[in-house]
Amino acid sequence: MATFRTKHDPQRYTFEGFGSDKYPNLMLRGAGHLDNWTLDVYEQQHEGYVALKKALKMEPVAVTEEVKTSGIRGRGGAGFPAGLKWSFMPKDTPERKFTRYVVCNADEGEPGTFKDRAIMEYNPHQLIEGVIISAWAMQCQLGFIYVRGEFLWLIEKLEHALQEARNAGYLGKDIQGTGWDFDILVHRGAGAYICGEETALLNSLEGRRGEPRVKPPFPAAKGAFGQPTTINNVETLAAVPPILRMGGAEYAKIGRPKNTGTRVFCLSGHIKRPGLYELPLGLPLDFIMNDLAGGSSTGKKIKAIIPGGASAPAFSEKEFSTPMDFDSVRDAGSMAGSGGVIFMDEDTCMVQACLRLIRFYAHESCGQCTPCREGCNWMEMILHRIEHGQGRMEDLDLLASITPNIAGKTLCALGDAACGPMDSMLQKFRPEFEHHITHKACMVNGHHLLAKVGGH
Amino acid sequence: MNHPLPPETADHALATGERLPKSERVDFSPEAIAEIQAIAAKYPDKLAATLPALHIAQREFGFVSLDAMKAVARALSIPEGHVFGVASFYTMYQKKPVGKFHLQVCTNICCALNGGAEFLEKVCEKTGCTPGGGPSPDGLWSVEEAECLASCGSAPCMQVNADVYDEYLDDAKLKGILESCERGEYRAWAE
Ligand SMILES: Cc1cc2nc3c(=O)[nH]c(=O)nc-3n(C[C@H](O)[C@H](O)[C@H](O)COP(=O)(O)O)c2cc1C
Ligand code: SF4
Ligand code: FES
Repeated sequence: MATFRTKHDPQRYTFEGFGSDKYPNLMLRGAGHLDNWTLDVYEQQHEGYVALKKALKMEPVAVTEEVKTSGIRGRGGAGFPAGLKWSFMPKDTPERKFTRYVVCNADEGEPGTFKDRAIMEYNPHQLIEGVIISAWAMQCQLGFIYVRGEFLWLIEKLEHALQEARNAGYLGKDIQGTGWDFDILVHRGAGAYICGEETALLNSLEGRRGEPRVKPPFPAAKGAFGQPTTINNVETLAAVPPILRMGGAEYAKIGRPKNTGTRVFCLSGHIKRPGLYELPLGLPLDFIMNDLAGGSSTGKKIKAIIPGGASAPAFSEKEFSTPMDFDSVRDAGSMAGSGGVIFMDEDTCMVQACLRLIRFYAHESCGQCTPCREGCNWMEMILHRIEHGQGRMEDLDLLASITPNIAGKTLCALGDAACGPMDSMLQKFRPEFEHHITHKACMVNGHHLLAKVGGH
Repeated sequence: MNHPLPPETADHALATGERLPKSERVDFSPEAIAEIQAIAAKYPDKLAATLPALHIAQREFGFVSLDAMKAVARALSIPEGHVFGVASFYTMYQKKPVGKFHLQVCTNICCALNGGAEFLEKVCEKTGCTPGGGPSPDGLWSVEEAECLASCGSAPCMQVNADVYDEYLDDAKLKGILESCERGEYRAWAE
């Protein structure tokens, strides 16, 4: 019943110079080639499972240390140092033995992000190897890969790749003669953005509604099935084999201090060459946009860029030279988030763009806490009436007064995520909102961003 | 997340206290029950099999009716209320029948910037469906407005049933996709 991809994949995975020393290719080896995903290809062409064999000869804590040395920060959203996160897992003592789990977050749902999908499509074994190494470092008994429900064909591929790994003795009982047993289960989600939030993901994994949990306790103390658990993004875990192969210190030379390594940027929107660009951290955004991706696709000037997935506050022109790494993007008032970079040209109506995003958050709010549930809906309704020519000037101050009552007051970060686009777009493109109110129409003339039919 | 209550499989609304006749109750085949229990055994706790079992219910029965939820509860010996709660939370569990080809069109920001919203209108026009409005009269199509499908770089995009996505869509491609569906080149819903 397995249906692997047979259709040509139209995504772009490379650019001029990719794979050279300047732009190392660590995450996208062979991407785009339909037969790249098998164990044979991985072992013969991409140094497959070399890192695992090396790791299994090291003490588990030494593996964690190596990852700490690499400086790699989480690629899923928050940018938390991965090695440090691993070190929070409790260790066995003579009095107490723990059951520990590792969970890979493959729920990829942040608008603008499409990198994890490519890793699973073309290099599932690199992810599996990364999960096994992380599990060795933390001495886990079982691993889970939580994949969003729409990716059924990738789930079937992962299952197949896992079986290949079991047959080759990389997974299962007594892995490579170490006496250590470990296996990985693939868990299919069912269409809920919020399940990308780590504690909602744990609830969903346990068979519950995907509602985030109150933290603390953090997953390292009480995670999946009540046991110590570490959750990492696909890209974070898939970066572990290259880190182990080259050594943490060598990996840390890529990028910038405290912002090390490469990351897979997802370029979308009004950009001439959209697609995945694996780049060392710290390259200026305008260099990526103009020199690598060919600039605007419409011939019109780019007016706004969302630098880290839809939840990140938007940049306007004066921030376009920001180096794309965690700290610089944060200092410029946004967040590097998931690496999804969305370009909007000057014909994009920012009121519609904002409404489309807020509608997404209002729809995906799990409804557990009032500021997010009510606040996102209010913002949606107010934006809706502005968009439909019934706005009042006071509405803009009203919108600005709602976000401080959501941000920082909610159980999970979805509330803050909704405030990012709202605040930034209103502040930076306020004349467009005012124009909408006074003229009852868009200031610009691009694609209509809201379908005239349906809704959710 | 607010979702409509699932309909019973009876053709009329049930009065208080009225139960479905036995013959209308859906139940899993012994093979499906074995499959569900095998999945449950892999997890530290059988409750974790709720989502997989609901996926199996959707595959077996075409959509997740109230009765399908009850069948899941029976197969796993877990409370019905738990299964209802879970099924109503997740949008991929269809609580109403869908067409043989369920077209999920992304209209989120990156797709919309490249014409995704207009594309959804086109899909509705060609199939005679409204988003979330159930199958077309011939039962062939249904349409849903999807949130980001993780295909933003090749926008606009759409998923037909659970198939590999169709990307960089335009009118000509839509025509081609609808025709290949009619020729049976896509897996039908729940197949
Ligand atoms: C609303 C929301 C959605 C999220 N969605 C995802 C997601 O789809 N994939 C992901 O890896 N992380 C997502 N995250 C971040 C996770 O909570 C978590 O920080 C991450 O998986 C940790 O992995 P990392 O340390 O490797 O980045 C989301 C967070 C929030 C608040
Ligand atoms: S912030 Fe929103 S999504 Fe997160 S727990 Fe609260 S209601 Fe749910
Ligand atoms: S916005 Fe349509 S696939 Fe991401």
